[in-house]
Amino acid sequence: MQCTFAVFRFDPAADRQSRYQHYVVSAEPADKILDCLNRIRWEQDPTLAYRASCAHGICGSDAMVINGHVALACQKLVRDFKTANNFVIEPLPVFQVLRDLIVDLRPFFEKHRAVRPYLVTAGENPEKERLQNSENQQFVEPALRCILCAACTATCPITRVNPAYLGPAALLRAFRYVCDSRDTLTLERLQALDNDDGIWGCKTMWWCTEVCPKGIPVTKCLGQIKRLLKKGDAHA
Amino acid sequence: MDRHYDAVIVGAGLAGLRAAIELAGRARVAVISKVFATRSHSGAAQGGIGAAIGNEEEDRWEWHMFDTVKGSDYLGDQDAIEVMAKDAPRTIYELEHLGVPFNRTRDGRIAQRAFGGHTRDFGKAPVKRACYAADRTGRVILDTLWEQSLRKGIDFFDEYHVLSLMINGSSCSGVVAYELATGAIVGFHSKAVLLATGGAGRIFKVTSNALASTGDGMAMAYRAGAPLEDMEFVQFHPTGIYKLGILISEAARGEGGVLRNAKGERFMEHYAPVIKDLAPRDMVSRCILEEIRAGRGIDGKDFVHLDLTHLGQDVIGHKLAEIAGFAKTYAGVDPAREPIPVHPTCHYMMGGIAANADGEVVVDAGATPLPGLFAAGECACVSVHGANRLGCNSLLDTLVFGRRTGGAIRDFIQTVKAPKPSDAFRKKAESRMAELLAIEGPEQIGAVMTELQHTMMEHVSVFRHAKGLQAALANIRELKERCARIAILDKGKCFNRNLLDSIELGQMLDLAEVITLGALYRGESRGAHWREDFPKRDDEKFLHHTMVHLSGGAPQIFSRPVAITRFEPRERTY
Ligand SMILES: Cc1cc2nc3c(=O)[nH]c(=O)nc-3n(C[C@H](O)[C@H](O)[C@H](O)COP(=O)(O)OP(=O)(O)OC[C@H]3O[C@@H](n4cnc5c(N)ncnc54)[C@H](O)[C@@H]3O)c2cc1C
Ligand code: FES
Repeated sequence: MQCTFAVFRFDPAADRQSRYQHYVVSAEPADKILDCLNRIRWEQDPTLAYRASCAHGICGSDAMVINGHVALACQKLVRDFKTANNFVIEPLPVFQVLRDLIVDLRPFFEKHRAVRPYLVTAGENPEKERLQNSENQQFVEPALRCILCAACTATCPITRVNPAYLGPAALLRAFRYVCDSRDTLTLERLQALDNDDGIWGCKTMWWCTEVCPKGIPVTKCLGQIKRLLKKGDAHA
Repeated sequence: MDRHYDAVIVGAGLAGLRAAIELAGRARVAVISKVFATRSHSGAAQGGIGAAIGNEEEDRWEWHMFDTVKGSDYLGDQDAIEVMAKDAPRTIYELEHLGVPFNRTRDGRIAQRAFGGHTRDFGKAPVKRACYAADRTGRVILDTLWEQSLRKGIDFFDEYHVLSLMINGSSCSGVVAYELATGAIVGFHSKAVLLATGGAGRIFKVTSNALASTGDGMAMAYRAGAPLEDMEFVQFHPTGIYKLGILISEAARGEGGVLRNAKGERFMEHYAPVIKDLAPRDMVSRCILEEIRAGRGIDGKDFVHLDLTHLGQDVIGHKLAEIAGFAKTYAGVDPAREPIPVHPTCHYMMGGIAANADGEVVVDAGATPLPGLFAAGECACVSVHGANRLGCNSLLDTLVFGRRTGGAIRDFIQTVKAPKPSDAFRKKAESRMAELLAIEGPEQIGAVMTELQHTMMEHVSVFRHAKGLQAALANIRELKERCARIAILDKGKCFNRNLLDSIELGQMLDLAEVITLGALYRGESRGAHWREDFPKRDDEKFLHHTMVHLSGGAPQIFSRPVAITRFEPRERTY
């Protein structure tokens, strides 16, 4: 069947303003939106620029706006949309567009780095593994699904008004390390989040949870950080 | 522009990152990756990483070694396999110390599960050897190593596409890369270069591999004169989602899932009575296709069922959540209620850049190293996987040999002076880019690529024979000519995918040629290489590695002996 795609285009070298370019693609209902973009690039217009790699929702490359909703192009199929096979494809909001559907994610990764996203432990490592409760591992498990696609942070209404806010993705990563029983930096981590650009920037809007392509209960995880700060207690 | 480092690592998957961590603080290291580091395809690994830590039941590294040798159909180098199996437990503990959030047993130790071809006591019964984090094992290891690399202040050059190696005379002194965002061509000068560029599954139509898995490192090394080893051994994973090739991990069968044909029979019982559905991948893939050929595909079509319905919501929800999501999203199937339609999918390159167990790239039958050039991970052939890789052994390979190679580079750079930087390589790359952009031709990338992928799928996948292979070779050579006439319509400098697509396609064609040549040369059936016209393994003629290198512009084949230390080749049944 024929689908029409109106795709956001912007080439900094040639365009002063963005525009929408129209393509007609023949596609099956089970085709991914990414398949359609690939077909445009390989068969019609090789100048169309976007990021993609794994093509099955695990690398986080291709978050974009599809018919007004932020999603991974490789995770949405043609049949998922009830728009009479008409599609509008745009880059992620919030971030600066570099070209077409490609945005500058450097600010996103700077915030990720700001939460010290790595396990910190004290003393010598044991000979074998450190022990960890299965319950504790399962408690942080939702955060392990994160693929850093930036869908949540680009959608978050707070991020849009406060550029200094860490945003849901970085806070989710903070949750993963705050609540990991093996980590010894818990108090410092919590203190660093205890401000309006940190965890209290979150106003529990749930948009991040709704948009997350990995089904992570982001808002709930962020709520755990708030709970710990209120309780003044370290481990869950 | 030019940059200077002690060591340059091409690839930010597990192999590249593990090497980088080994070098951090001891040398100036740059990690270059054509996709942002965390987008590397290691992140897609699902099922687990193998090590005989024996947390769930008795296990020994000798059993792991035996399984790997047998799985390789006796083509793996046993000295290297011994290194890997022995080092595996240490590797797992090290990952845990770095922060990898493995699933845990009830008493808080690392949990393990069964995987294809991994057995106790030299083949007696399946053993739980795979350490895992749900079905996101690659994701969490990649994230952990990347985050530790950030902590250690390693310089990342993300979205830089390496175009070529600087090899003058007999040593390697850097790489030339293309910055995607600006189109700048940058010379990275260094004492040592590590290629850790991953696989090349995109050569085939149906694959579990990423769009970025185009075999760049293998092709660059090959073009620079280094030999590729055992490239004819391409792994087809038995359970890709029908038509799409998206992987349903072997963990699904490790947790108790079974394959069924149109009659509902658990057909693997007939082919591998001892370990059944947990037979190694080469066997299971062939069995699925045998069933289909015998008319027992589902609804007479070319797929079978992977049945997880008896596992229960809890196992599926907790241990196989990711693949359950894939089945729902892409096949519209809820695996807790219905079987998943599956078909073999191109998954892994057992072959690659010939390297020794310290990651040094070797150039001849005597294993002479090429100073300054190293390779590790899927793009390398050490060879620990031989003719067929066991599940869970690739992540292990990337980490064991990534670390060892990092160590070897650390020692190497102390013994050599920084090479005198020459801008000749960069200039050459610049003029090559200009030439590419100037091509005016009728050909289209999509058409040439699709034809290559079809040809490889039809003639060079699970079942092969001389006639088909010859047809494929002729077609590949014609496609190479057509590829040279592809016009690049995008003339810009910012994220010019068009240009890179064309470069990648040229490289895939080179590799397709090497794979096909190897497959034609090897007149026997071993591991993943099955010749219908030679359906037996022939140790007398072919118990050696196939080496292909460029000589005078044309591919040439020579061989290298297999290292056999503990296990004499025997018939391989399961
Ligand atoms: C779906 C799937 C599931 C798997 N599951 C398992 C499993 O459970 N257990 C297991 O042991 N194995 C598994 N494997 C295999 C294993 O994941 C891979 O073999 C392994 O991760 C490869 O790692 P690598 O570091 O060699 O390369 P990759 O992770 O593929 O990384 C390659 C790197 O090279 C870079 N690169 C490539 N070309 C260039 C260039 N020209 N310029 C610059 N950079 C470049 C890329 O950007 C990337 O950073 C799985 C594979 C797949 C596809
Ligand atoms: S391409 Fe990897 S998430 Fe979509």
